[in-house]
Amino acid sequence: MLSFIARRTAAGAVLLFVISFLSYTLLSIPDIDVGRQLLGQGASQDLVDARNAALGLDRPTAVQYLDWLTHSLRGDFGTSWFSGEDVTRAIVNRLPVTVSLMIGVTLVTAVLAFLLGVWAGVRRGAVDRFVQVFAVVGYALPGFLVTLVIVLVFAVHLRWFPAIGYVGLTESFTGWLSTVTLPIASLAVGSVAGVAQQVRGSVIDVMRQDYVRTLRARGLPPWRIVFRHVVRNASAPALAVLGMQFVGMLGGAVLVEQIFGLPGIGSMTVNYTTRGDIPVIMALVVFSVTGVIVINLVVDILIGWLNPKARIT
Amino acid sequence: MSESAPAGAPAPPPAPPPAALGPARRTGAVRLLLRHPLGLASGAVLAAVVLAVLLAPVLSPAEPGVSSLRDAFGGPAAGHPLGFDSAGRDIVARLLHGGRNTLGGAVIALVVALALGVPSGLLAGYYGGWFDSAASWAVNLVMALPAMVVLLASRAILGPTVWVLMVVLGFLVAPAFFRLVRGIVASVRNELYVDAAKVSGLRDRRIVARHVLIVVRAPIIIQVALVSGIAIGLQAGLEFLGIGSGDTPTWGAMLNEAFKNIQRAPLLMLWPGLALGLTSGALVLLAAALRDVLEDRGAAPAARRRRTGPTTITAPRSAGACAGLLSVRDLAVSYALPGGGEREVVHGVDLDVRAGEIVGLVGESGSGKTQTAFSILGILPEGGRVCRGSVTVEGEEIVGMPERRHRELRGNVVAYVPQEPMSNLDPAFTIGSQLVEPMRCKLRISKAEATRRALELLRLVEIADPRRTFASYPHEISGGMAQRVLIAGAMSCDPRLLIADEPTTALDVRVQAEVLGLLRRLQRERDLGVLLVTHNLGVVADLCDRVAVMKQGRIVETGTAEQVLHAPQDPYTRKLLGAVLDHVPARRPWQPSNAEVS
Repeated sequence: MLSFIARRTAAGAVLLFVISFLSYTLLSIPDIDVGRQLLGQGASQDLVDARNAALGLDRPTAVQYLDWLTHSLRGDFGTSWFSGEDVTRAIVNRLPVTVSLMIGVTLVTAVLAFLLGVWAGVRRGAVDRFVQVFAVVGYALPGFLVTLVIVLVFAVHLRWFPAIGYVGLTESFTGWLSTVTLPIASLAVGSVAGVAQQVRGSVIDVMRQDYVRTLRARGLPPWRIVFRHVVRNASAPALAVLGMQFVGMLGGAVLVEQIFGLPGIGSMTVNYTTRGDIPVIMALVVFSVTGVIVINLVVDILIGWLNPKARIT
Repeated sequence: MSESAPAGAPAPPPAPPPAALGPARRTGAVRLLLRHPLGLASGAVLAAVVLAVLLAPVLSPAEPGVSSLRDAFGGPAAGHPLGFDSAGRDIVARLLHGGRNTLGGAVIALVVALALGVPSGLLAGYYGGWFDSAASWAVNLVMALPAMVVLLASRAILGPTVWVLMVVLGFLVAPAFFRLVRGIVASVRNELYVDAAKVSGLRDRRIVARHVLIVVRAPIIIQVALVSGIAIGLQAGLEFLGIGSGDTPTWGAMLNEAFKNIQRAPLLMLWPGLALGLTSGALVLLAAALRDVLEDRGAAPAARRRRTGPTTITAPRSAGACAGLLSVRDLAVSYALPGGGEREVVHGVDLDVRAGEIVGLVGESGSGKTQTAFSILGILPEGGRVCRGSVTVEGEEIVGMPERRHRELRGNVVAYVPQEPMSNLDPAFTIGSQLVEPMRCKLRISKAEATRRALELLRLVEIADPRRTFASYPHEISGGMAQRVLIAGAMSCDPRLLIADEPTTALDVRVQAEVLGLLRRLQRERDLGVLLVTHNLGVVADLCDRVAVMKQGRIVETGTAEQVLHAPQDPYTRKLLGAVLDHVPARRPWQPSNAEVS
C-alpha cells in the first residue's frame, strides 16, 4: 500500500513537472512587455528595462523557469506581476472558499447520486425513467446556464438567498451557509446527474450478476442484498466517475464563483489569467493539477478498498 | 433507400453500387432514427437551429451590431418580434448571428478533436506498443488539466480570438475520442475474425478499413453528439465570462449581458438561454437516441417489472401426491417479450424428488432445465415467471406463495449450488463473511457461533486449511475450492433439498470427480434430496437414482437411471446416449465439459 502511494506520488510529481515546464514555455511565447504595461506609455525605455530586469524578465526563458522551479519547490510562488500580491498568500487566502465549495458538492453528489441511482437501478419502471430524464437534462445543460436559472429563480425572484457575496465560515455559519447554498446547488446538478447515471448503470449490471442470484437463493432479504452487496460492488465505477467529475468541477467553479462573486480560486483564475500574469497562472496550474492528482489517488485507494481484486499490496 | 432521406439531410448518392453494404446500413439507421420519437424530436430541433443559423443573413430582421439607445430594453415591436437588448440591438438578429459563431466554434473544436483523437486511437489500439504507451500518457496529462484554466491561459497567450480558443478546446476534448476508439479497437484486435483476416493475408490497412472502422463508427457518431454538446457549453461559458471576441454576438456573450441586467430585465436571459439549452439538450438526447438505434438495434426497452400475472395452479393436490420432498406438476415458465406478450419456454414439466434421492435432470443447453430449477427456487430472472402449474416442497405449494414466505424456505429448506463457481461468489467480500451472513440471517445465531459453524462447514467440504480459506477473497482461491465453498454455503442452513445446476461443468476432470464424490457423501450423510441439473450423462450414470430427460421445455422420458441409460424409450434419449457412448468407454463415467452433445 505504502509503496503504491509512493509510486503514484512519484508519477504525479513527474506529471506536475512536465505540465509546469510546458505551461511556462508556452506562457513565455507571446513575450509581453510587462514593464511597459506596468509603467504605461509615458515611461522611458530605461525605466521599463530596469523594471523588467527587476522582475527577472531579461533572462532566457529556461533560466526563468529554473528560478521559478527552485522557488516554487520551497512553496514560494513569487509575486504577481500586475498587483504585486504575494501569490502563495493570495491562493491560501482564497483556497478555503473553493475547497468548501468542492467538499459541499462532493458530499451532496455522493448522497443524492447514490440514492437516485440505486433507487432507479433496483426499482426500474417509472422511477427509473424519471431519474434518467433528470440525468440527461442535468448532463445536457451547460453548467453556467443551470446556475443562471438558479440565480434567477432563488435569488432574484424568490429572494431566498443572496445573489452575490460571501461570508466566511469562521465569521458566521448561517451566513456562510446562505452564501454557498446556491453555488453548491448549481455545481451539484451536473455532477449528481452524471454520477447517478453511472450508479444506475452499475447497479443494473450488478443485479444481473450470478452471485446476486446465489445470494437470493440463500434466502437473504432483498434490502440486505442491495445495500450490502449490490451497492458495494456498484460503488467502484461510480467513484471513478465522481473523481472525473472533480476535474470538470474545477472548471465549473470558475464560472460559479464569477457569477456569485465568491472570492475563490475560480474568480482569481478569471481575473489574473487573462492578463498573462505568469506567476499567478503557474501557481494556479500547479494547485489545480495537484488537486486532480490527489483526488485520483484517493479514488484509486477507495476503489481498492471496495474491490479486493484491484487491491494493491 | 430513396424514401428515407429526410428533408434536411444530404441526398443519397445517385447510383450506389448494389453491393455497397455501408450506405445501405446507414440509411437503415437514419430511417430507424426517424422512427425513434426522441431521435425525431431532437433531430428536428437541431435541424431547425442549424438551418436558422445558416440562413441568418436572410432571416435576420436587422443588423446584429446596430444599436439605438432609444430602444434599449424595448419590448417586441413591428419587425422586431423579440424586442431589444440593453444596448437597443435587435434580439432576433443577435440570436441568429450569435448562433453562427457559437455553433461554428463548436464545429472547429469537434473537427480538431476528431482529427487528433480518432487516428491516434486507431493506431494505439491496433498496434499497441510504444505509441500506445506514449499516447496514453499524453492523454492522461491532458485529462489532468482543468479545461477552463487552460482556455483562460490560452487566451492570454494567443489573444482573444474565439476561433483559436476553439482549436485549443479541440485539443482538450480529443482524449474523449482517443480513449473511446483505442478501447474498442484494442478489444476488436483480438477477435477471431480479425485473426482470420490476418491469417488469410490481408494487409493491416485493409483490415482496419474493413473490420475495425465498422466497429468504431457507431460509437464515434454517438460521441460526436455528446462532445458537441460539451463544446458548445464550454464555449458559451467562455463567452459568458466576457473573454470572447469583444463585440461579436454569441449566445454566451448575450447571456453575459443579460446577467449584468438581471435585476432590471431578467427576461433578457430567456432567449439566448433557451437557444443554448435547446441545442445542447437536443444533442445529448440525439446521442441517446443514436445509441438506441446504432448499438442495441432491436434490443428490448427495459423489461417491465411484473410480479403478478394469471397463474393457474393445476388441480388441488391431494395429500397422497405430496408424499415426496419436491413435487412439480405441469410447470410452465414464460418470459415477457419486449413488445408485450409472453413466450413460454417450459411447457408443463412433471418432476418428483424424494428425500434421500438424487434425481438427474438432463438435456442439452436451452432445453429449459435451468429455468425449471430457478422456478423451484423462485429466482427466475427479470421478466420471467411461472405461468402455470404447481410446485410443492415438503407439501407446501410455492407457486403464488408470498415472496416473504418463499424467502424463508430458501436456504433453510431448498438450497442452491450454481454452475460457475467463480462468478457466484461476491468478489468484494471474504469467503468467511459470505458463509457467515446467511447463517446469521436465517438461523439468527451470533457471529461467533456462525464463524464456528462456517469453519466446520469448510472442513466438511474437505477444504484443507479452513481458516485460511475463511479469510480469503474469492479471487484468491481456485475454481474447485470455490465450488466447495458454494456447496458449504448451500449446506449452511441444513436444507432438505439441494438443487445443483451443473455443479461440475466448469471444473476440470479431476476436480469434477472430487466434487461429485463430495455431493454423494453429503447426500448420504444428511439424507438430502438432490435435483441434479446436468447435460452430462456420465454424471447421471455415476450419481443419480432416477433421471428425467428434457427437450425443448418438455420432459420426454423419466425412469430409474438404469432404465433410462440401458433401455431408453424415447428416440431423443437414444440420440443423447449415442452421442456420449460413441466417444467414451463405459468405465469412465464423466465427461469433460466440452464434450457437449449436439
